[in-house]
Amino acid sequence: MRYLAPRTADDAVAALLAEKGPTRILAGGTDVLVQMRSGAVEPDLIVDIKRIPGLDRITREDGGWRIGAAVPNAALGEDRDLRASWAGVVEAANLIGSTQVQGRATMVGNLCNGSPAADSVPALVAAEAVARIHGPDGTRDCPVAEIPAGPGKTTLKKGEIVTSLFLPARPRRSGDAYLRFIPRTEMDIAVASAAVSVELDAHGRIVRARVALGAVAPTVLVAEEAAAILTGTQGEDDVLERMAEACRAICRPIDDKRGTVEFRRSVAGTLAKRAARIALQRAGGQS
Amino acid sequence: MSRIHVATRINGDATEFLCAPEETLLDALRNRLGLTGSKEGCGTGDCGACSVVLNGRLVCSCLVLAAEAEGAEIETIEGMAEGESLHPLQRAFIDHAALQCGICTPGILIAARELLKRNPAPSDEEVRYWLAGNLCRCTGYDKIVRAVQAAAAEMREG
Repeated sequence: MRYLAPRTADDAVAALLAEKGPTRILAGGTDVLVQMRSGAVEPDLIVDIKRIPGLDRITREDGGWRIGAAVPNAALGEDRDLRASWAGVVEAANLIGSTQVQGRATMVGNLCNGSPAADSVPALVAAEAVARIHGPDGTRDCPVAEIPAGPGKTTLKKGEIVTSLFLPARPRRSGDAYLRFIPRTEMDIAVASAAVSVELDAHGRIVRARVALGAVAPTVLVAEEAAAILTGTQGEDDVLERMAEACRAICRPIDDKRGTVEFRRSVAGTLAKRAARIALQRAGGQS
Repeated sequence: MSRIHVATRINGDATEFLCAPEETLLDALRNRLGLTGSKEGCGTGDCGACSVVLNGRLVCSCLVLAAEAEGAEIETIEGMAEGESLHPLQRAFIDHAALQCGICTPGILIAARELLKRNPAPSDEEVRYWLAGNLCRCTGYDKIVRAVQAAAAEMREG
């Protein structure tokens, strides 16, 4: 195995392209090193992207936030403005692993690892976050929702690197939330999860909603009907019940030791309902 | 296999070593530099026995490649006492018998020190959440929490 720490994204792309064997991009390493140790992946080349200037920073852009691919999740929680505007995204990222893992793990890594249970991904999808991708053909932007392709798989092509995520500016009356179910209080992987983001008008009516579900399908699910049910309402109890049912209807979970199909489906809807209440509260609305 | 030359600072001292590309920081600390205070419990970032501070962040050194340490500042348990004088956390762990076999202790001490740097007066719950990534199979954690609180109180008094 070779280890490279290129100083530019172009050099990183070139190194990945030139390598014929398996490659891995290293940011926080909290998945990659575990996979290497277990033998699940045996890369011929590791490309450490942390030496590429700027990737370790959170910067303001067009009223929103650009979060570099090497920013550890702990740094997200330390950014007051980001936490105030995208509380759900930051909470989701900060739920992952221990303090030690938070010091290294990144949201881009969480996304590119391709786990259906990745905590930050539903929150990013609900936030309509956009990934910036450096690749052989230059730079492109891609909605986070389009990157997961199945367990351990992404739509990224050979030589492509997600270098940052963009979280858009937040209007005044907006809020988001992320909830997951785990059988313990800490240090576990989501059995089911839900993220909700809402924007309200001056009367507390939802003018824009987005709902995403995790760990209930091979990839994160965008619950479009659930979002449509919320839109135009104030998130009244009966609306939230219908929204929860719409979430349950699209779940395609697996049965495993962590939870049954029925349990995951039921919990996903309930989590969406509760996350919607928190998002509404944060946006300054009722519930 | 070509070796990678790494220049780093460990507990304030400039240090150089050669490592293999797949070698972890934990292995380099223990096997190349003789810093055996950091332990390997699980090797997969679950137990925290290998906790060190890397550029100001608490991390599991088993989940860091040694090559990543180039130009970094690393703090390990070996740098915690000042000469013969133990850190208040180290004394509190002895006074409260907050260890039995001791394998998890270096990692817990480093982690607890980082907590108290950020939060000098944590609640018991905050201590428990912060240390959730440090597993101890002997003590049942209660004595650890009490020792951290005792050290925190002492450090607050200055």
